Amino acid sequence: MRRKKFAGIIAIVLCIAFALSACGGGSTGGGTAPGGSPGGGSPGTGGGQAAAGAVYYLNFKPEADQQWQALAKVYTQQTGVPVTVITAASGQYETTLKSEMAKSSPPTLFQVNGPVGLASWKDYCYDLTNSKVLGELTNDEFALKNGSEVAGIAYVIESYGIIYNKALLSKAGYTQDDIKSFADLKKVSDDITARKAQLGFSAFTSAGMDSSSSWRYTTHLANLPIYYEYKADGIGSSPAIKGTYLPNFKNIWDLYINDATVSPKLLSTKTADDAVAEFTTGQGVFYQNGTWAYNDIKAIGDDNLGMLPVYIGAPGEDKQGLCTGTENYWCVNKNAKPEDIQATLDFLYWCVTSPEGTKALCNDMGFTIPFKDNLPTTNLLVKIANDYLANGYTPVSWNFTTMPSETWKSDLGSAMTAYAAGTGGWDAVKTAFVDNWAKEYQLANSGN
Amino acid sequence: MSAKRTKRGVASLLLAVASIVYVSPLFIILFNSFKSKTYINLSPFSLPTKETFAGWENYLVGINNYGFLQSVGWTLIITVGSVFAILLFCSMFAWFITRTKAWYSRVLYLLCIFSMVVPFQMVMFTLSKTADTLNLNTPWGIIIVYLGFGAGLAVFLFSGFVKSIPLEVEEAATIDGCGPLSTFFRVVLPIMQPTYITVGILQTMWIWNDFLLPYLVLDQKHYKTISMTVQMMRGSFGRVDMGAIMACLVMAVIPMIIFYLAAQKHIIEGVAAGAVKG
Amino acid sequence: MDKALRRNLPIFVLPTLAAFIIGFLGPFFMGLWLSFCKFTTVQDATFVGFTNYVRAFSDMTFLGSLGFTALFAITSLVLINVIAFALAMALTQKFAGTNIFRTIFFMPNLIGGIVLGYIWQLIINGVLAHFNAALAIDAKFGFWGLIVLVCWQQIGYMMIIYIAGLQTIPGDVKEAADMDGASGRNRLFRVTVPMMMPSITICTFLTITNGFKLFDQNLALTNGEPARSTEMLALNIFNTFYGRVGFEGVGQAKAVLFFILVVVIALIQLRITREKEVQQ
Repeated sequence: MRRKKFAGIIAIVLCIAFALSACGGGSTGGGTAPGGSPGGGSPGTGGGQAAAGAVYYLNFKPEADQQWQALAKVYTQQTGVPVTVITAASGQYETTLKSEMAKSSPPTLFQVNGPVGLASWKDYCYDLTNSKVLGELTNDEFALKNGSEVAGIAYVIESYGIIYNKALLSKAGYTQDDIKSFADLKKVSDDITARKAQLGFSAFTSAGMDSSSSWRYTTHLANLPIYYEYKADGIGSSPAIKGTYLPNFKNIWDLYINDATVSPKLLSTKTADDAVAEFTTGQGVFYQNGTWAYNDIKAIGDDNLGMLPVYIGAPGEDKQGLCTGTENYWCVNKNAKPEDIQATLDFLYWCVTSPEGTKALCNDMGFTIPFKDNLPTTNLLVKIANDYLANGYTPVSWNFTTMPSETWKSDLGSAMTAYAAGTGGWDAVKTAFVDNWAKEYQLANSGN
Repeated sequence: MSAKRTKRGVASLLLAVASIVYVSPLFIILFNSFKSKTYINLSPFSLPTKETFAGWENYLVGINNYGFLQSVGWTLIITVGSVFAILLFCSMFAWFITRTKAWYSRVLYLLCIFSMVVPFQMVMFTLSKTADTLNLNTPWGIIIVYLGFGAGLAVFLFSGFVKSIPLEVEEAATIDGCGPLSTFFRVVLPIMQPTYITVGILQTMWIWNDFLLPYLVLDQKHYKTISMTVQMMRGSFGRVDMGAIMACLVMAVIPMIIFYLAAQKHIIEGVAAGAVKG
Repeated sequence: MDKALRRNLPIFVLPTLAAFIIGFLGPFFMGLWLSFCKFTTVQDATFVGFTNYVRAFSDMTFLGSLGFTALFAITSLVLINVIAFALAMALTQKFAGTNIFRTIFFMPNLIGGIVLGYIWQLIINGVLAHFNAALAIDAKFGFWGLIVLVCWQQIGYMMIIYIAGLQTIPGDVKEAADMDGASGRNRLFRVTVPMMMPSITICTFLTITNGFKLFDQNLALTNGEPARSTEMLALNIFNTFYGRVGFEGVGQAKAVLFFILVVVIALIQLRITREKEVQQ
């Protein structure tokens, strides 16, 4: 009797399990591949499947995850080729890529962030020299070279700076014309902070240093001292950074953390989401982020949005524009099955040439793509970035792609957080920036 | 006498306070899951108000955007399948190696004990690589992995119990003409029922909650367990949806609490029994 | 009987044995071998001798996490066992509600490490925010946060084991102690604790190995922040292995060292407590 009851319970539990895992199947997330056959088309089990190949894209840009899922679905409907898009959690792209690459159905399409990332993954990169998608590039400089081979192709150009709320800035009595340098930025920001209670808002939104969000500072903000140092020295990368512009880096970081909506001690728990919430609810005027953030903040209205260069008080910053570049290169896994490689190449070509693909990339994801079929943008922030270029401002290049390792970034983040919280000094930031650079460069290049 | 009674009353009261504190984290998660996401980090300890109340929105986001129910389904399948396999095969294995006096029986027993102490990190790469080469990267295949990695504790507990079964019972069955298989299923299995419950509970608690093994072994394109989904929700370029996370935490905890309340007596006895055997 | 059974070896042994080889033995020996190799996948491994071990020991984060883990394991061992023992003593007295209390204290055990980690992250950061602090700014917050978390999780489990142990102490022993006029403290340390040694052995064994192997909770609660100073051994190994190309061998060597450490600690611990048991 009891055993029957027990068996009954197990049966019910299993029914629920099947129902749940089946119902979710088509809706979202990973389950975009039709059929979802166990084994995922791996050798030996895929007898029933057509040998047309499949695409597995390990995506780096979580903010575009939903759009990629949708685009993959469209492609599968049109061609029958299964496309799976998985997005790694932030800060875990390297670990995810590594554990996924070790599996028998590894990603066929993955990303590296530039030459440094390529050094780790060059053995996996299919030579794209003869691919159709390469022919669509508007400029050769967007191809990432590994010797004579083309290892990666940049697929998006983005810009970042200090996004600001025009209405709030004018309420405080200023306009963009008042801010032409770091000194101006500091004057305005300190003035807003001094009148914070009266105005009802702060200068900067919180500089969230939660590990999900610290990239805004450890990568993007830290790019500026690197850019100016490279520029002064006339180089494009370096095995050892000198830290010439670290005092400037300190000034801007001090401004971010002290003239902000929250106490500097709480930054370690704040995320970029919190900053978005503060910005859209009018608690802060300035918000450092890039063109990709447009969808999050457009609620405050296009008339209200403006963008400033990230001034750090370096020489010649009167002509400084936004930071523009790419850290997103598509690489095709050469260890994938030949039919999967072909399917991936076809998919990429379709993405950058078909109406559906370009619409998704340019409009839905808000990218500027370095391909011939780039569509005019609907993204206001991209328009602002274009205006800077048209008006003769010099874009700041993305030199953070030469940062020696992910560890370097996270160590710098820890030091910056500790400095903000008052538990660590600026010397620790300096050490993390300068000494660690040489150390990590050496580790990254001797590891093999 | 009455002094003693007051003393007990005080003890009861103290423990009552302690248990309220003890369960409070679960309630904090529960009411936060009904607040809209921007207010959760801001004031985690305040109850939802008219302004901050988000209704079921967080739950819908968790279910629709993160495929949470799907991962509950896979976790259920993996857990039930693995526990069933472990109970059946390990009990047979344990009975065999306890009842035969061959050299290899002793070796196998010692190997099982040994495997209990080895930390997962020791085998994490090679195990996931092996499982992958053998196409065990599905919820069905991972059952074999769990059977292998979970065998140590199960065999240890089962053989501890088998030793306490008097041989006469089994011999009587053999005399009645039962072969080893029918002896096992007709005689040994029913006697071992309490141990089945103990082992089943210990393994369920482990497999249901396990994170790293399925994370490394499973084909993430198609299958995620609850722990994997929750872990993946953190991150995504600043897109930390605290609301959906809270809702998913609640949904992750609820099945276990139901399981616990339904089988509470067995669970507590099972845990105690599992320890005493050690 | 023995013979008839042996003829059935394939049915009884093979399923588990095959899985055991796939799921444990094979990977274990492969891991041992790989710790002496340079590799990115299993196929391209080349023997490099003890290089990986040398590099593991020259890694300051590894030694740091070793210290942190040891301190953590010992602190959690003491706290969990003392509190669980005290609760067990209290709950074996006769008064209202003991069953309900037992149910409640055990409950957190069924919640997974990842889920626990995020539950406590919210709560601890919420509390610390009142003092203008947060988990990720000071290693000591992370340390005590992890301690609170594992206490919450494991006290109930250990308490159940202690209760089961207390219930096996024969009534006449207690009575005899009462008649001898033993004071409360004397009775506890002269009678109860010695009688409880088997349970104490189990609980200390479980808590210390759990402490050393802790991973999920560490990953979810602090993820090593700040600056890898709350990174415990298991997480350190994972990050070494998967965090950087070219360090797979070092990660595997660290894992072997970790394995040896856990075995040694388990053996020492068993020996110490078992000795005490024998004396009874």
